[in-house]
Amino acid sequence: MAVVTIDGQKVQVDAGTTILEAARKLSIDIPTLCHHPDLEVQAVCRVCVVEIEGEKLLQPACAYPVRDNMAVRTNTPDVRRARRVNLELILAHHPTDCLQCVRNQNCELQALAERLGMREVRFEHKLRGLRLDESTPSIVREPDKCIVCRRCVAMCRDVQAATVLWPVGRGQDTVVVPACERDLADVACALCGQCIHACPVGAIAERDDTEKVYRALADPTKHVVVQTAPATRVSIGEELGFPPGKIFTGKLVAALRRLGFDKVMDTDFTADLTIIEEGHELLKRIKEGGPLPLITSCSPGWIKFGEHFFPDLLDHVSTCKSPQQMFGALVKTYYAKKAGIDPKDIFSVSLMPCTAKKFEAERPEMASSGYQDVDVVLTSRELGRMMREAGIDFANLPNEEHDDPMGISTGAAAIFGATGGVMEAALRTVYEVATGLDLPSIDFHEVRGLEGIKEAEVMLGNMKVRVGIAHGLANSKRILEMVRDKEREYHFIEIMACPGGCVGGGGQPIPTNMEIRGIRGNALYEADRLLPLRKSHDNPAIKQLYEEFLMQPLGEVSHRLLHTHYTKRSKYPVSKDTCG
Amino acid sequence: MRFYRSHVLVCGGTPCVLEGCTAVRDALIGELKRLGLDEEVRVVETGCLGPCDLGPVIVVYPEGTLYEKVKVSDVPRIVEEHLLKGRIVRSLTGEGRVLGIARYEEPQYLEVQERIVLRNCGIIDPSSIEEYIAADGYRALAKCLTEMEPSDVIEVVKESGLVGRGGAAFPTGLKWNFTAKADADEKFIICNADEGEPGTFKDRLILEGDPHSIIEAMAIAGYAVGANRGFVYIRGEYGLSIDRINEGIKQAKAMGLLGEDILGSGFSFDIEIRRGAGAYVCGEETALIESMEGGRGEPRVKPPYPSTHGFLGKPTVVNNVETLANIPPIILDGSDWFRGFGTSRCPGTKVFTMTGDINCKGLIEVPMGITLRKIIYEIGGGIPGGRKFKMAQTGGTSGGCLPAEMLDVPMDYFTLPEMGSALGSGALLIMDDSHCIVDIAESFMRFFASESCGKCVPCREGTARLHDIVKKLAEGNGTGEDIRLLEDLSHTMQRTALCGLGQSAPVPIMTMLKYFRDEFESHIKDRLCPTGTCRL
Repeated sequence: MAVVTIDGQKVQVDAGTTILEAARKLSIDIPTLCHHPDLEVQAVCRVCVVEIEGEKLLQPACAYPVRDNMAVRTNTPDVRRARRVNLELILAHHPTDCLQCVRNQNCELQALAERLGMREVRFEHKLRGLRLDESTPSIVREPDKCIVCRRCVAMCRDVQAATVLWPVGRGQDTVVVPACERDLADVACALCGQCIHACPVGAIAERDDTEKVYRALADPTKHVVVQTAPATRVSIGEELGFPPGKIFTGKLVAALRRLGFDKVMDTDFTADLTIIEEGHELLKRIKEGGPLPLITSCSPGWIKFGEHFFPDLLDHVSTCKSPQQMFGALVKTYYAKKAGIDPKDIFSVSLMPCTAKKFEAERPEMASSGYQDVDVVLTSRELGRMMREAGIDFANLPNEEHDDPMGISTGAAAIFGATGGVMEAALRTVYEVATGLDLPSIDFHEVRGLEGIKEAEVMLGNMKVRVGIAHGLANSKRILEMVRDKEREYHFIEIMACPGGCVGGGGQPIPTNMEIRGIRGNALYEADRLLPLRKSHDNPAIKQLYEEFLMQPLGEVSHRLLHTHYTKRSKYPVSKDTCG
Repeated sequence: MRFYRSHVLVCGGTPCVLEGCTAVRDALIGELKRLGLDEEVRVVETGCLGPCDLGPVIVVYPEGTLYEKVKVSDVPRIVEEHLLKGRIVRSLTGEGRVLGIARYEEPQYLEVQERIVLRNCGIIDPSSIEEYIAADGYRALAKCLTEMEPSDVIEVVKESGLVGRGGAAFPTGLKWNFTAKADADEKFIICNADEGEPGTFKDRLILEGDPHSIIEAMAIAGYAVGANRGFVYIRGEYGLSIDRINEGIKQAKAMGLLGEDILGSGFSFDIEIRRGAGAYVCGEETALIESMEGGRGEPRVKPPYPSTHGFLGKPTVVNNVETLANIPPIILDGSDWFRGFGTSRCPGTKVFTMTGDINCKGLIEVPMGITLRKIIYEIGGGIPGGRKFKMAQTGGTSGGCLPAEMLDVPMDYFTLPEMGSALGSGALLIMDDSHCIVDIAESFMRFFASESCGKCVPCREGTARLHDIVKKLAEGNGTGEDIRLLEDLSHTMQRTALCGLGQSAPVPIMTMLKYFRDEFESHIKDRLCPTGTCRL
């Protein structure tokens, strides 16, 4: 333990606590910029500097550990001058078009400038004039806005194990870019979008596709159908000013109708469908001897990561399309037929917590209906923008129901949005399909929560099935390396690219951090608990789909519409040119 | 062992190599052979002799005659007259020329110096371990291994008052003690030979001239702290140093002075070389370690320090070349002996490299606390062309610029910082009154802007801004507001930059503004350069 005096107040904290944390215990909020609660300390912005008695240098509160009897002052003339000069240095090298920026009013740099009352920047304003990177359908990088805080670097390396973004160059020419200054499309990027959550400013953002949706909505020849992903109903409120952890399924449906969507259906429906198909695939592989473990395929960030880094394990990945793409394939076939609409007139939009979904929708193999199955993917943030522009009074909207025939879902689908959710949903179905018995308890607590890698064993009759769950790509990499090295044996592995699962997706509201990911996930489990139907195979609309259209799980129609294949990709930049 | 009546030492330091000493050496050997003197006179290529701008330099012993700027065409005369007939060729000695000395040990040159670090440089053949051993080499290591406990070794180094000679002046014994006390399965010794400070070349000349002193010192450090592996992180361009160290490691291993079970003591120590790729910042110890681990050359956040969390996260001692070169004599002669040199606050000697407007440029070693005046006018032979002294920058490009009023300030690690400067690495840049201070500032700041690693804001952005503003002043477009901004920025960089690079980059500016403010102001107010030499 150490007793520290900060601005004259004493506090007792554990040795090794940073000055920043100790100050927060005293309700002293030292300003920070490069600090992120979930990421390795950077200590590069030097905004959180404080005075320590007896030390010549000002030290960064975010990184400096307290010592017993240390006396710290956080708001002296010297500290204020240093903070302001460092912030001036950043601002003088950052664009000033805040009003047009995607992060306007949700920007940590802007907030800091306001908090420190910056009214003047004495250094000559200059920009680097760096090229915009719009090479991928998912993420837009605007390196001119980058303040080189390196949070995205830590996120990409430590949490997502992709190490796509890295500082290059020296001095003022330092930029954070993909390897060899390539475009994102040319490197082994999963397109998970976690870098967006790490970015304090607008240097990295989702590709904005709202205009495409507005155009379709305004086109009288288009029948615009939207699907809502499990994790969006728990986050969309945050876009409209509500605190995290509130589920707004009914209001979300109502809002989408008011925006002009012709049909509002539910990805949860195809989540249930995924469970049926994937569950049968698992049982089939167990019966026919593999390859095992079967690895889930719902998360397109994981899929792309796997294609780059685990091409040798692609046979293990379930051939099931993700719920988004199952929905996309069905909306232009099953639904089109049922509603008597020419599929060419259907414009299929999905609302997703995810940036990688934009890439997934544009994969050439995702056109089973004869058309691109999902025309546009909107992230939670883009829909938030559309709703705010339209002036939707979210709080006072009525709760409305999703449309048929792909609007009914179960609790099993609801928890798809949280890490462990797909596994739990699958276990509920696989157990009952395999054994013909009712589950004694439907809740699999050991697969829930934010532990990086979770494991469980389930008895299917007399067979012990071992399952593993990983979320975040670094954890995923760990579990897959264990599989590759035969250190661990599983029958079934759930992988979600984003920490916390889809609730923490790269398309979710900003801020998204571990605390918020946890809150959103818990809300999904609560929603599951309250739903009347909690097992995918109990979903009557799914039963109807099989009776009317698919005939049987893993059948010929399923094979054609609901299953896919993967592409081996390199972990090195694609072009043969040498770096330099 | 063969006895020779004469030895001819040919300086093999890089400056002399560049001036053609290798051809001179070959000519000497050929000429001696032709006259049948090769059994009587031995030619030895040594490390740096010191007067680097007088190369190629040779010294003939036992007379100690110094021949400077020797050309191949001078060789027959030297051999025939001096080595055959015993008549010194006065016209080729320094007498009456730049240095004004005929003998290497002349009072004006070598006698003012105290050579601890450079004890063997220019005297022994650096490629011969036998010559090193004959000069007491490896006796200190043997003493440690056979007579001293590791803690005794640390105690002696602590008591000697030796502080790091790379610039930071951290007490060496204390550093060793931290690592010795740290609990770990593996520890490392790193010799920091990434000498990148402009105008500094002492480490190179020590490595070239006396590589075994570094190898021995590293082994002693390893014994003291409990490390069995050492690395010499050396500037990639230092080809000759790298060859000499590699050769030295091989020789020491062959003699059982390095490797497994040294001298039967049970202590094992091995050394490898790591070549730096040219980043200035990699001389900073944590950036050096980051680079050794294969990362971008960038400093790490401290604490924790390398002494407990260094290379591969293990306790690591990082010592500068010159610091290490002091170790064997300290072990052999004791801390009291060492404290007999220099000042009480700062014992020992300092190696300086003199460059700029000074008659005798090169490598010298003097007691700590010597004055600038003594260095410049006694050892360095004063300012050429009878010009006036304007300023001396001590400590390299990140050091302070001191005016004539400071010529009598004692040069040590504690006094200079009080003057706003630093002793730093020991680079000494002398400038006469023909230079414009603002122009000089601009060139210094350009250096830092291109060498900042880009990690922390004050250095990444600040170094470029310092350069921008000084450039504006140099072009005559500055205002008084710019001076205030320079001061604000400098102050912030000094106190908030992540490592020594950003913290010291503003030092020259701060001292220039302190001692030569008028000159800045006339660039602003009158748009006039008082020296009349700059672009204005």
